[in-house]
Amino acid sequence: MKRIKTILISLLVVLILPGYVVYIIFNFYGSRIATRLPVETEFSADHISSTDHSEFEVLQGDFGTPNEVTEACLSCHTKRDEEIMATAHWTWERETAIPGRGAITIGKKNLLNNFCTGATGNNSSCMRCHIGYGWKDKSFDFEDPKNIDCLVCHDQTDTYFKKKGEAGYPATAENATAVYPAPDYNYVSQNVGLPRKENCGICHFYGGGGNNVKHGDLEEALLDCSFEVDVHMSSDSLDMSCIDCHKTEKHLISGKSYSVSSANVNRVTCEQCHSGSPHQDRILDEHYLRVACQTCHIPAYAKVNSTKVWWDWSSGGKLDDEGKPYYEPDADGNHNYLSAKGNFVWDDNIEPEYYWFNGTADHYLNSDTISEIPVKINTLFGNYQDSTAKIWPVKVHRGRQMYDTINNTIVHLKLAGKRKGEGAFWMDFDWDTAAYLGMKYNERPYSGEYGFVETEVYWPINHMVSPKSEALDCSDCHSRDGKLSSLNGFYLPGRDRSQAIEIIGIGLIILSLAAVVAHGFMRAVAASKKNYAKG
Amino acid sequence: MQKVNSMKKVLLYSKFERFWHWTQSMLIILLGLTGFEIHDTFRLFGYETSVRLHSAAAWAFLILIALAVFWLFVTEQWKNFVPTTKNIKAQVAYYISGIFRDAAHPTKKTKLSKLNPLQRIVYLVLIILVFPVQLLSGFLYMYYHYPANPIQLKSLEWVAIIHVAGAYLLVVFLIIHVYLISTGRTIFSNLKAMITGYDLVEEEKAK
Repeated sequence: MKRIKTILISLLVVLILPGYVVYIIFNFYGSRIATRLPVETEFSADHISSTDHSEFEVLQGDFGTPNEVTEACLSCHTKRDEEIMATAHWTWERETAIPGRGAITIGKKNLLNNFCTGATGNNSSCMRCHIGYGWKDKSFDFEDPKNIDCLVCHDQTDTYFKKKGEAGYPATAENATAVYPAPDYNYVSQNVGLPRKENCGICHFYGGGGNNVKHGDLEEALLDCSFEVDVHMSSDSLDMSCIDCHKTEKHLISGKSYSVSSANVNRVTCEQCHSGSPHQDRILDEHYLRVACQTCHIPAYAKVNSTKVWWDWSSGGKLDDEGKPYYEPDADGNHNYLSAKGNFVWDDNIEPEYYWFNGTADHYLNSDTISEIPVKINTLFGNYQDSTAKIWPVKVHRGRQMYDTINNTIVHLKLAGKRKGEGAFWMDFDWDTAAYLGMKYNERPYSGEYGFVETEVYWPINHMVSPKSEALDCSDCHSRDGKLSSLNGFYLPGRDRSQAIEIIGIGLIILSLAAVVAHGFMRAVAASKKNYAKG
Repeated sequence: MQKVNSMKKVLLYSKFERFWHWTQSMLIILLGLTGFEIHDTFRLFGYETSVRLHSAAAWAFLILIALAVFWLFVTEQWKNFVPTTKNIKAQVAYYISGIFRDAAHPTKKTKLSKLNPLQRIVYLVLIILVFPVQLLSGFLYMYYHYPANPIQLKSLEWVAIIHVAGAYLLVVFLIIHVYLISTGRTIFSNLKAMITGYDLVEEEKAK
């Protein structure tokens, strides 16, 4: 009886109590991940127009030009033109400050990019995505409200499109084609409403010459995608539109692209709905201090259609036996080669690259010379020691661009043109003339000597947020060859170690094991000898 | 075969002492397994579970240490850990040669002197150096929020390296400690004593 009691008490003291202590504390920690705060937001209710535009007399008449539609809009919506004209959607530039450079006015209007080099000089093609009519050259009047294109953002009929190569104008009765018919302005204007994904997407999905070419995380699949592709925009769940997050007041749409903006203001953030501590878990929430939400929650982008990751201009301009431009498709049917543009590499389901980023960026300016190769078309600022910087997922688009070997500058190319013989590269395939014309139009010097140089542009990824179950796991980064293996300047548990301590530590373990085994062996030998002697 | 007739069974380890020892041993093993998983030495529970278990075990360890310190002082058992040079050469000699000749243990156990001089030094180093360093670096690890607050540190690097170094030392300790269990009167007598609390000690000294 006493013996049983001793055994029971011993068991209690030796195993059950210690185990229970660990169990209780682990459960205490575990319970903190069990509940989750609801997302604190009110989703935008379906917009119901307060008026029926089809009853307005001003929208019944014949519209000879789209500019007349704009006049009709502004006859009721007074002052809206002033709002629009103050936005970067209209100006294509902003005054901003770049750390180390001071105040500067930059935007799509004057910056080089890593795709078709630059918009200015290629107006007929690029300015199709301007929210105006007819920015075909420098004579465009930014003060004339009639030049505003209200319909491209407010059309609800999906019948209004700007025509290719017309600097923002839709087709007219004279130049209409099957793909681009002249719009029925009465029908379109009588059915206007708030911008939908389709409206934003017509430019933001197709920038760079095709669907998903530029962003990788913004493309037409988002119009109707699964929960796995994007938890917010999925038609299976919230079916949110762009402006649900990109809150808009007085036509100023919040958010801006990092590739053309420098200051960390007017951003759209996850926190505006989810707060900065959404996990109900201290350890995960702590990561928010230095890891962007996007890093874990967007493990891959270009989930449906491919995006361009490499664009080599240097092979452009080759013509077939008949002297005509040609193209070669890759296995997925995307262009692998175009005479007009060179070689591409497309990819889908891409794991982002990861960089420190504090929300501010630098850009290659027209006045800059090449100081490093690859040339950074934009530079994301931030590092570990900068407490405002976080680790971000980034699409890096790399390529080769033309540069002036004497002036050591990236070249603006004259690409788009209406006719052969005027020097546009896409018509005449002559590098030197295209460079000369592009640089001249942008008022930059061009020596006539050129080569090609590697360039890259950094696009932080924000869309295509994956379901919670797809978010990165701890060990995706906290491991020796994890996703952050190339991010330097800080100690990451699981990834980093002191080689010296590892060698000493493992050495001591091996030594002690060896000593223990040897000692035990000698004891066994000694004991058996003694038994034998006694035997 | 020798001197068994002069030995007496006494309660050497109190309930608290055994609870302390075994809780601490489980916590150290748990901390070691989870800690080295966090260090990406191997995969076991899953990284996230390991992190949570490691933090939980760290808190449990801290509480246990508070209890143990209190107990050590009110029971005067702390005297067991006062280092001494007396007998130290004999103890070393025993492990190097005496043990193979079946010589007697040079240090006799009593209720207030359970540890041999080598144990005294090693356990004291654990208690006043290794554990505090592991706890301090561990809690810095847990509550260190990058270059900002609450503690101003340039990087986690040194905290982590010290913590890992301490962990390796504890593994080495564990290997030797577990082996030395078998060097008691019989192979299992030490283990049995730490479980039941009772061990045979020489009669006259026990009194």
